[in-house]
Amino acid sequence: MAITILPFLKRIFNGIFRKKRHIKLGFYGPPNSGKTSLANRICKDWTGEELGKVSKIPHETREIQIKEKVDINFKGKTLTFKIVDTPGIATRIDYEDFLHYGLSKSEAKKRAKEATKGVIESIKWLDDMDAVIVVLDSTQNPYSQVNITIIGNLVARKIPVLIVANKIDLRHADVKRIEAAFPEYDVVGISAKFGKNMEEFYESLFRLAKRRK
Amino acid sequence: MAKFRSLTIQFVPASEIAGLSSAERIKKLLKIILQNNLVLLQGRLRAEEEARLIEDTMALVGTLKGFRGVELAVLSSKNENLNFGSLLRNRLAKILGMENAITVIGPASIVREIKKDPSKIELLLKK
Repeated sequence: MAITILPFLKRIFNGIFRKKRHIKLGFYGPPNSGKTSLANRICKDWTGEELGKVSKIPHETREIQIKEKVDINFKGKTLTFKIVDTPGIATRIDYEDFLHYGLSKSEAKKRAKEATKGVIESIKWLDDMDAVIVVLDSTQNPYSQVNITIIGNLVARKIPVLIVANKIDLRHADVKRIEAAFPEYDVVGISAKFGKNMEEFYESLFRLAKRRK
Repeated sequence: MAKFRSLTIQFVPASEIAGLSSAERIKKLLKIILQNNLVLLQGRLRAEEEARLIEDTMALVGTLKGFRGVELAVLSSKNENLNFGSLLRNRLAKILGMENAITVIGPASIVREIKKDPSKIELLLKK
């Protein structure tokens, strides 16, 4: 009797605690796609504080940034997230690219060195996520191997994914191209900078949270 | 007289890396890339191996003078379907020796960019 009841009680026990703990939500993507802008928008909307600095220079986020407790309410339901903003993942980092943005050689080299460490850190954190938002720049070609590698790794780890096509306020934005590149996934077009289409984003986020690990 | 810059493309058959561990595969590919050659790999690495390749590449960027990373692209016979079912089918095809993809990896010091769209690739080389 005890043997048959035990798994049942365990399921209920796990269910209670699974619902209570914070959902670790990762923000992944290539550099300059707007991961921090989106994390900032969410944190500002629900806690009143931003998470990190944004810049036009790639690899502005070079360390993992965390907001421990963000309560998001959507249509009367509240979920608590732990927001994890990660450095952009790239296969190449050339300090000379930063010189075009007016950095000195030593600043550029320092930034490149920190950026390489950031990429490694981002990859290491993949295993810790309950759900991930992959932020892509909707003005860029979505078929980049970095995008495919990130999503492939999330699938391999069975981590649910929501793709955000960011920067829809820009003239060359093409959300349909991202949808065509990743037809198996929920894609939502937004402008994190101007807060455009955030309602649809939160709806997709709550759907994603239901499928979490 | 015009100066020419050569680029060596090294073909790596799937059979050559089939028996290797993930770490050994990546080491083998990086060894070719570090000689400033372009790798043309029959098949593709697993997603976890691609991530590991990026990690190892980033670790080398900080330590090897002049190394700036890699450019990477995978061409497969159909659109990338990254759902669980298609990954399983790809695994099965691999076990049966039927490779339906080609991976191109080049050193970033030579290959400026690989544009993929989605069934053709364009290599932009540095001058």
